[in-house]
Amino acid sequence: MATFVEQSINGLTIGSFYALVALGYSMVYGVMKLINFAHGDLFALGSYLGYTLLIAGSSWVTMHFGLWGGMTIAMLFAFVGVGLAGLLMERVAYRPVYPTGRLPLVVSALGMSIFLENGIMAIWGSRPQAYPAAVVPSTRFSILGLPVTSLQIVILLLSFTLMLVIWFIVEKTTFGAAIRATALDRSTATLMGIDVRVVIFFIFALGPALGGIAGVMNGMYYRAISFNMGWAYGLKAFTATILGGIGNIPGAMIGGILLGLMESLFAGYVSGAWKDVFVFVILIAVLIWRPTGLLGEKTAEKV
Amino acid sequence: MATLLATKNLVVNYGAVQALKGIDIELGEHDIVTVLGANGAGKTTLLKSISRIQTIKSGSIEFKGKDLATVPAFQLAALGVSHVPEGRRIFATLTTEENLNLGAYGVRNLPAGKELQKTKEWIFSLFPILKERRKQLAGTLSGGEQQMLAIGRGLISKPSVLLLDEPSLGLAPIIVQEIFRVIRQIHEEEGVSILLVEQNARKALSVARYGYILELGKVAIEGEACNLKDDERVRAAYLGGSKVSC
Repeated sequence: MATFVEQSINGLTIGSFYALVALGYSMVYGVMKLINFAHGDLFALGSYLGYTLLIAGSSWVTMHFGLWGGMTIAMLFAFVGVGLAGLLMERVAYRPVYPTGRLPLVVSALGMSIFLENGIMAIWGSRPQAYPAAVVPSTRFSILGLPVTSLQIVILLLSFTLMLVIWFIVEKTTFGAAIRATALDRSTATLMGIDVRVVIFFIFALGPALGGIAGVMNGMYYRAISFNMGWAYGLKAFTATILGGIGNIPGAMIGGILLGLMESLFAGYVSGAWKDVFVFVILIAVLIWRPTGLLGEKTAEKV
Repeated sequence: MATLLATKNLVVNYGAVQALKGIDIELGEHDIVTVLGANGAGKTTLLKSISRIQTIKSGSIEFKGKDLATVPAFQLAALGVSHVPEGRRIFATLTTEENLNLGAYGVRNLPAGKELQKTKEWIFSLFPILKERRKQLAGTLSGGEQQMLAIGRGLISKPSVLLLDEPSLGLAPIIVQEIFRVIRQIHEEEGVSILLVEQNARKALSVARYGYILELGKVAIEGEACNLKDDERVRAAYLGGSKVSC
């Protein structure tokens, strides 16, 4: 029972940053119909940006703004930094190849992924780095007898808040309706007076920016970060996206949380070493038996 | 009649194929003009060029004396040009009401407040069924309802020109009647100028003042709708040979 509770809390925590990364994946896919393979590397970039800010001047930020202040600033820094990187990426790697179709776009995304991964290695080195213990909130306490850390609570609350905000923007506002319209039919969206470029901008800034925050969360949670971690996380978030139903916002959230839980419980009860294999077995199983995911892409087609 | 919209020597290419080979058409204020022709004659291309979602090779599109060729497509709605595309193209997974609201997206002086609500009520009075369906996903509407929604979505920006692309396509005759009744009504009561592309020549000529007949990217015949109905060539090719009284 203790293992179950512990692994479930752990699973919820990592599931919530999978969900954030998956959300970005799904948003970009929904509007661009592009599997952005560089998305995981943007997540890694967020991890490194947060790390750099927190260790700069030996925890100067943490000293002046406190543990929570430092964490907030690091997340904002990663949010903005990775958002800008996302915009830049759209400009240099994707926009020039839009007219040539979807396949060149995917190849460009793969190239961007390799570029980012190696860029991170060139700047921060090939050896793993560690978030110093002093910058990570780690008070332990128990809620209703469940053992949790303050970091876990923050990660959970923040992820759910962010997801709720995104859901609200996309589903309940006029701009959100414009995003959904653009995803469905770009030229008709233009006829409505929607500037499709603004929508694409928004998507390519916000999607990666969410991944950037998740990167900082991940860094704080596991402490160790490495230049090539983006690939594995990208694939896991991709799995979460497929599991929930790609192009579907609640789907990405549910997929992320479920995947985190399953991975964690598998690691706790079966084998920690085989957990990644388990995750990709799930991916393959979903692709075979339910390729539209748990929620599927919403369709209301009447011919 | 003062000219509202005019194309001059409009040329559009699809790769090596010339789709429009120099088209001149004119639409006045408070006017209905129809563009007829067989499939592939260039009717839809003409409308898409006017609303700027199709790039043109050469020629000009003047609206209220302003050349539209330099205006980005998404700004046209704000200028007062609204395009109801062929095949309705409603946003299937958005609700009826969201579809309508998006029609006003580009129009800054129609904020989501009272004015929009008033316009929406007007559209519901034209098509009462849309009011009943407002919370329903647009993709679940019937073909006729979708066409009504597409027209309503085009009207909610209060355009001075409405470009209508085959509003009768694939609809039951009774719905076609309904659609044409509304076309007449918005023209007569609100003074909206309409450029109507149709395959149903008989219907189109019955509401229009003037007509153009496109053949292979060129204006083959043009004239007052009344005269076109009497034209031997038009009767043979587009009106099934029968005589239609004016």
